[in-house]
Order: sequence, then structure tokens, then C-alpha cells
Amino acid sequence: MVTSKVNHQQEVLEAVIIRFVGDSGDGMQLTGTQFSDTSAMFGNDIATFPNYPSEIRAPQGSLYGVSGFQVHIGSVEISTPGDNVDWLVAMNPAGLKTNLQAVKPGHTIIVDTDSFTKKNLVKAQYESNPLEDGSLENYRVIEVAMTSLTKEALKNVEGLDNKSITRSKNMFALGMVYWMYDRSTEHTIAFFNKKFKSKPELIEANTKVLNTGYYFAETLELIPNAYTISPAKMEPGNYRIIMGNTATAWGFLAAAEKSGLELFLGSYPITPATDILHELVKHKHFGVKAFQAEDEIAGITSAIGASFAGDLAITTTSGPGLALKGEALGLAMMIELPLVVVNVQRGGPSTGLPTKTEQSDLLQSLYGRNGESPVIVIAASTPANCFDFAYQAAKLTLEHMTPVILLTDGYIANGSAPWKIQSVDDLPEIKNNIVNEVNENWHPYNRNEDTLARNWAIPGTAGLEHRVGGLEKDRVSGNVSYAPENHEYMTNIRSEKIKRVQNYIPELTTEFADSGDLLVIGWGGTYGSLHSAVKQINEEGYSNIGFAHFNYINPLPKNTETILKQFKKIVVCELNNGQFAKVLKMNFDGLNLSQFNKIQGLPFGNSELIEKFKQLVK
Amino acid sequence: METTAVKEYTFKDFTSDQEIRWCPGCDDYVILRAMQKALPEMGVKREDVVFISGIGCSSRFPYYIDSYGMHSIHGRAPGVASGVKLANPNLSVWVITGDGDALAIGGNHFIHVLRRNIDLNIILFNNEIYGLTKGQFSPTSLVGQKTKSSPYGNTQPPFSPGELAIGAQARFFARIGGNTPKEMTQLFIEAEKFKGTSLIEVLQNCPIFNDGCYDAITDKAVRADKQLFVEHGKPMIFGKERDKGLILNGLKLEVVAIGENGITENDIIVHDAKEQDSTLHQMLVRLQYPIVTGIIRSFDDATLEEREDALTAEVKASSKFTKTDDLFFSGDTYKVE
Repeated sequence: MVTSKVNHQQEVLEAVIIRFVGDSGDGMQLTGTQFSDTSAMFGNDIATFPNYPSEIRAPQGSLYGVSGFQVHIGSVEISTPGDNVDWLVAMNPAGLKTNLQAVKPGHTIIVDTDSFTKKNLVKAQYESNPLEDGSLENYRVIEVAMTSLTKEALKNVEGLDNKSITRSKNMFALGMVYWMYDRSTEHTIAFFNKKFKSKPELIEANTKVLNTGYYFAETLELIPNAYTISPAKMEPGNYRIIMGNTATAWGFLAAAEKSGLELFLGSYPITPATDILHELVKHKHFGVKAFQAEDEIAGITSAIGASFAGDLAITTTSGPGLALKGEALGLAMMIELPLVVVNVQRGGPSTGLPTKTEQSDLLQSLYGRNGESPVIVIAASTPANCFDFAYQAAKLTLEHMTPVILLTDGYIANGSAPWKIQSVDDLPEIKNNIVNEVNENWHPYNRNEDTLARNWAIPGTAGLEHRVGGLEKDRVSGNVSYAPENHEYMTNIRSEKIKRVQNYIPELTTEFADSGDLLVIGWGGTYGSLHSAVKQINEEGYSNIGFAHFNYINPLPKNTETILKQFKKIVVCELNNGQFAKVLKMNFDGLNLSQFNKIQGLPFGNSELIEKFKQLVK
Repeated sequence: METTAVKEYTFKDFTSDQEIRWCPGCDDYVILRAMQKALPEMGVKREDVVFISGIGCSSRFPYYIDSYGMHSIHGRAPGVASGVKLANPNLSVWVITGDGDALAIGGNHFIHVLRRNIDLNIILFNNEIYGLTKGQFSPTSLVGQKTKSSPYGNTQPPFSPGELAIGAQARFFARIGGNTPKEMTQLFIEAEKFKGTSLIEVLQNCPIFNDGCYDAITDKAVRADKQLFVEHGKPMIFGKERDKGLILNGLKLEVVAIGENGITENDIIVHDAKEQDSTLHQMLVRLQYPIVTGIIRSFDDATLEEREDALTAEVKASSKFTKTDDLFFSGDTYKVE
């Protein structure tokens, strides 16, 4: 029933990458989440990434119905979910077929042999059984009849139908992995008790299968319990595991509380941004007003209305939705109201690759509106710092009275990582430009001398009644004006207002080297991949390769040019066709700039980056 | 809630210093003046009044009222207004729109704002033409109508705004001729009193591109005989001599002469604007003779804000979270020493 073809050596590991794959109904996301949460609580640093099909229920056993969840855990700093895996847990042939290329040669694959039936092999387009034809001889294959062992374990549990029995086999696999990495099952059992509160038979069944898998791995002694990964050295504090989209939502909750304003979200469902809406609708207890509108346009226009009336207003979307919001975003820019637009980027153009990641909305964010229409554009770079940049987006929009586009992407939005919990008390102050006092010199377009932010007079304030609109405004009164020199003046001041944000954002920093042969540049969600690649190449002895990562795109940090000029060569790495490279070329002359672009809907892999960097410094 | 008394206003308090740019003779002037007269009668403070418009001739309206206002983008005023009202339910929020703005480019927002029943007031200036772009057919232009974009006659059948609105669950629908300011003022006041989305269609003459389009209904000489001004609880009687009325004959409304064939006032249908079933309201909207004006439908229903407020109160009462820290430190957290 169980065979292991390789004799194991005891191993102590710094980090390990495990991928759970199976049919989209096999519960792989849950299995992966349970393992990563348990490991984080044990003290490991972690990074995770789910990979699921856009079909909700693809035909069972098919290649395109494979759902996967990758976890990277370590006793050292972990900045990406990793590319090639040490362990693959494959619940069916389709999962094995589509993920085998990611397994490092010589590493381990655990399969459920019961699922390798003739029918499933055909569905996975295998001509012969890979478990029998020798095609896996470069791997350590652990064959376990998980389905039948699960059925056997549950034969005496009352009140279960066949479906519930077979669906719990993912817990058998999880139990085995827990034993191998010396993890306690406690967290997961607590999870069952909460999730199946009203269905005691399911608590019993899942607990039993989890324990059976755990003891199975122990009893057969086929897999020594020696894959120890010690707790990572992390900054002391309270932590929790957080997904990028949740962190974004929480950043806005914190900003609303800190600023003393109510939070309004106008939104329309779109992958992969919808989880922010899902999160914020839960928080009516904080007075959050989350409005699911009839379309993307009503999502942003309702937010503009709420902002006019004095709320901290945001709208959330992904690429195609940002295109639809373009005209309204121009209005918000023109009437100079606070508004945050979150764009969780996905593969484009058009409908593109909704469940895959890409960074190809940068130029749309900067220029995708009619007329001269500058807005602040910032980008988060890790699942956890989505919190910081959502908070920062809210702070900038309220303090500078201009819309802010916050860019994240499918990779960091769906990925999760430990987040050092930040108390609202410790976050920076958020000022606003609300005006209550009536005096005869008051005009709607009076500006703060330093920021050029106009003042924010809110309906309900007596004596400050005024009208705004998309037509060009007189520089003082805000009345409609077609005067030629006024239009030029207003165009310039709207642009200058964005430029001055430079005085309020941090300077660009470099890691690993301040000057030298090569500067690796990235922006947004690629931070983890780029950081670990540059770290690794420096550890290999290349000491003059620096790394600068941008979170602020418009305006760019003040010292950008100074930093760029410290290096002989620059390589801009992006998951698009070179959009940020264009921005840098447009802004700075004489850069020796090359590009590394990937447009496959996937994050950068470590080895492809290192290969590219070596080529450039050869 | 604020308890300070609302001061006495006159129409001048709601008149801004902006020069009005509509064409001479346009019904928009009538509507503006009716609104400036209605606002002081509503018992709302000037600073609590917000006008939101889209794009088109009518959408210049907010500039001329001295209150808060936003001239937004084409077709999107209902979205902006919904956000204003949800952010601060204490405000009196008005949407100013036209037949192109509301029914063409903004059609989607128009039906959904009515469905949700947020407490907004929408005034639809229907002149059956695009004015600001200089004379193309609109979604309410008639088949055969010759316009700049239909020189041989329009081939696209029109919407009836009231029919569309009631189909989209409108709780309040009224219609009024653009040359009857007194009744119009009263309708604006009634719209403000109504809790929920109220829609008023104004049959507005465009003297430049569609002059006289409503003459057969609204001209002073024929008005009394061609229009039936309905009032809740009153029989549907019309005519200069108040000698005509409506009865229901099978599934059709029928005009009858009072005093002929044994018909008396008692046979005439009594208008029930508050009835939930909109069947009869739809028949009144569709009727071609007489054209029905006044408040056709006024059905009291919960507003979106009321539903939301009730839910929020319920969630707040049972939640253990009062500050975001309570959320951030809840559930599965762990300590790194």
C-alpha cells in the first residue's frame, strides 16, 4: 500500500518550499493555509501564493482544473513564495502533470495513488502511468493510498456521506506533512471546532483523518521526523498572518480611525480586487460604509460624492475597471477632492489574465485620462506593506487634496506573510484640509502655501456654500472660467501640487551597495523576488550590485537621479514590457539603462534574475 | 441631530451671483425660479442643500443656486448624489439631469438609483432633444422626428421616462409641464417631503432645437382639456369645465363625459398614488389622452439609508470591536520574543 523508493537522510533545513496541488474541489487552498498558519505560529517566516483556475468548478481531473497553494517557510528571512519546490503533494495525476516541472530534481513528491486510475490518467493526458513507467526516477516518490486510508479511518464515524469522506483526504496529506516538519495539529483542530461548530460529525471526521495521516507518517518510519526548521529571527512583536488584500483594507480602516473621518468604499466586484470589498463590508461596527455599485463608474462616482460630503472615500478595482473609472478620476482631479483608487493589477490588456499577476497598468495609472491630469501614484511591494501603503495613500490624499492611485497586484494581493501588528496609536498623524470658519476672504480654491492643497468645505457648513465641477475653474473663486491664461495657470498649479508631494515622501534607498557596476531597479509587487535574487548574487561574491525599489512613482523620490548616477549600469526589472523604464528615461537623461521584462502572468523566478544580472556584470 | 431652527429664507437666498447662460425663452428659467421659490418652503437649511448634475443644458443648474453643488460628468450624477447622501443622510440632495444624460449615457445609473430608493430627488428635464450638442435626437425623441442626426426622420423608438422609472421600482414619480411654475413649485416641495427617491419629469420646451414639442399638451389654451392633473384621494377629472374623467373599462382606461350616458362623478376613478401595485400608475403614465401630470405614484417604502442604518446598529450592538486595534489583535496572533 505504501512504498518509498528512496532512503532518507536526516536533514536540518533553513527553508523549504512545499506545494499542495489537486483538483479545484480538493481543498488545496485550505490545506496550504493551515500549514502556513501553523508554521507562522511556530515562529517561522513564511510567504505563500495560491494558484487557482479562473473557472469556479472546472471539470474534475482536468489539467486546467488544477488548484495549487505554495508555501515557503524558513528559519531565515523569507521574501517570496519561492519558485522551484522541495516538496510536491499531488492529489491527482493532473496536479502531478502540471506541476512536475517545478519540483527540484532529487526532491520529493507525495502522491495519492488511489487517484491514479485509468480514467484520471486519460483526463490528465498521460499515455502511461507515471508511477510505473520510470518517468519519475529523478525524484523521491512517496506513494500513499490516501483515499482508501481516509475511507478506512472513517468507516465507523456516523452520519457521513461518501462525498464528505473523500473530501477530507486533504487532511490526511496535511497530517503527514505536519509530522514530517514536527508541527502540532492543535491549530488545525481548533480551526475544525470553529468552522464546523454545528456539524460535530465533520469535526470528528476531519480530526480523525488529520491524526491518521500524522500517525501514518510516524508509524511507517518511511519519512524520518527530521525536517526541522527552527523559528526565524524576526523583530520582536505581535504578529499575524495577513493577505495583501486584507492588509490593504485594514490600512484604510486604520487611516479612517486616525483621521477621525468615516470610511466610504464605492466598488464593483472584479478579480483580483474583490477581497478588499469582502473585507470592508464586514466592518460596519467601525461605521464603514461599503457600497456595492451597479458598475465601476458608479463605484468611483459614489466615492467622489462621499468625498465631497466629507468622508475618507476610496474605490477598488483592477485594470479594466480603472479604464472605466478614467473620466470620473479626471473629475476628482479637477475638483481637487481626496480619493484613493486601488488598482490590484492583473494580466492585461482587455480581459487578459484575470487570476494572474502583472504590472502593466503603470502607464494607464499615470496617463490614462483626458487632458493634463496628474495624480499621485504609489505602489505597495509586499503582502504586509499593503497596510502601510493603503494608510499612506489615505494620508497623502487627505493632506494634498488630490486623488491617489494605489497599485498592488494579484501576486501580493493574494499572497500572505507575517505582519507585525501596528497599533493605530503608533501610526503617523493624518491632517486634513477641512475648513469650518467663515471669513470674507474665503474662496473654494484658497490653497495651502506649502502643499498647494485647496481647502475642503463640506456640505452642512453654513456660509461656505459653493459649486465645483469638471469645467475649468477660476483660480480663486472656483467659478467656471474659459480665460486662456487662467487655464494655463490652473494646469500648472495642479501639476506643481503633485510635484511638491516630493517634500513629504521618503527618499529612495539602496540595498547591498550604494554604488558600483549594476543597480537593479524594481517597483511594486516584485520586491520579494528582486530582493532575494540580489541578496543571493551578493552572497555569491558579487559585491558591487545594488538594489533600489520604488514605492513612489508619481512623484518620484527627490534623490532618484543621484542614486541612479552612482552605478555604471542599471537594469529595470518589471512584469510588463518596460513601462517604468520608460518613465525613468523620460525623466532622466544619460542613463545606461537595460530592461528585464517578463509577461507571462507569473512572478520573476530567482534563477532567471540571477542569470540576467550575471550577464550584465560579465 | 441638529436642533437649531431653520431661518426664514426667500428665493433670493438661493440665488447665486452667477450669470445665467441658458437661451432666452427656455423653460429652464421656469424650473430654476420654481426651485428657488420651493426651497425656502422646505424647512431645510441652505447649507444642507446639495445639487448634483451631469452634463447638458439642464446640468448648469447647480451653478445658479446658492447652496452646495457639483457639476459632475455625463450621466453619472445619480452615483455622485448617492455617495453624498450615504455619507451624510442629513443633507437634502437633488439630482439635475436631462433626457440624454439620464436615459442614454446614464441609463444604468438611472434605473439602479431608483431601485435602491435612496432619499434623493431627481428632476428630469425632458425636451426630447440634445440641446448642448446642438440638436441630435435623444432617447425620448419621437419616431420620424427630424433632427441634426436624423435628417430623414428618427428611426429609434423612444423611452417613456415614467414607464421606465416605475419598471425600475420607482416609488415616487410625478410629471409636470414646463410652463406651470405654481404646480411645479408644489411638486418640488412634495418630492422633498417624500422619503425615498423621487423622480419629477418636467416636459420642458427647447425654443431652439425642438420648439413647440409640447404645445399640443401644455399650451395655455388647450392645457385644461389635454392634461389631467392627478391628486391623491381625488377623482380623475379634467377639462376646462371639469366635465371629463377616467373610468376603467376592462384593462383599459377610458375617457368619459360626466353627465352623459348616466355617468356621474361617483363613477370616476379616485387616484391612489400610495398603492404599492403599480399597474394603474403605469396605465396613467402611458395614457396619451389626456396626458397625466401631478404625482402619479408615491408609495412609501424603506429607504436604503434606513436599511443600512438598521443593519449598522445591529452589527455595532453585537460586535466586540470598537477600535481597529481590537480587530488587529484578535484571532490568530502570535508573539515573537
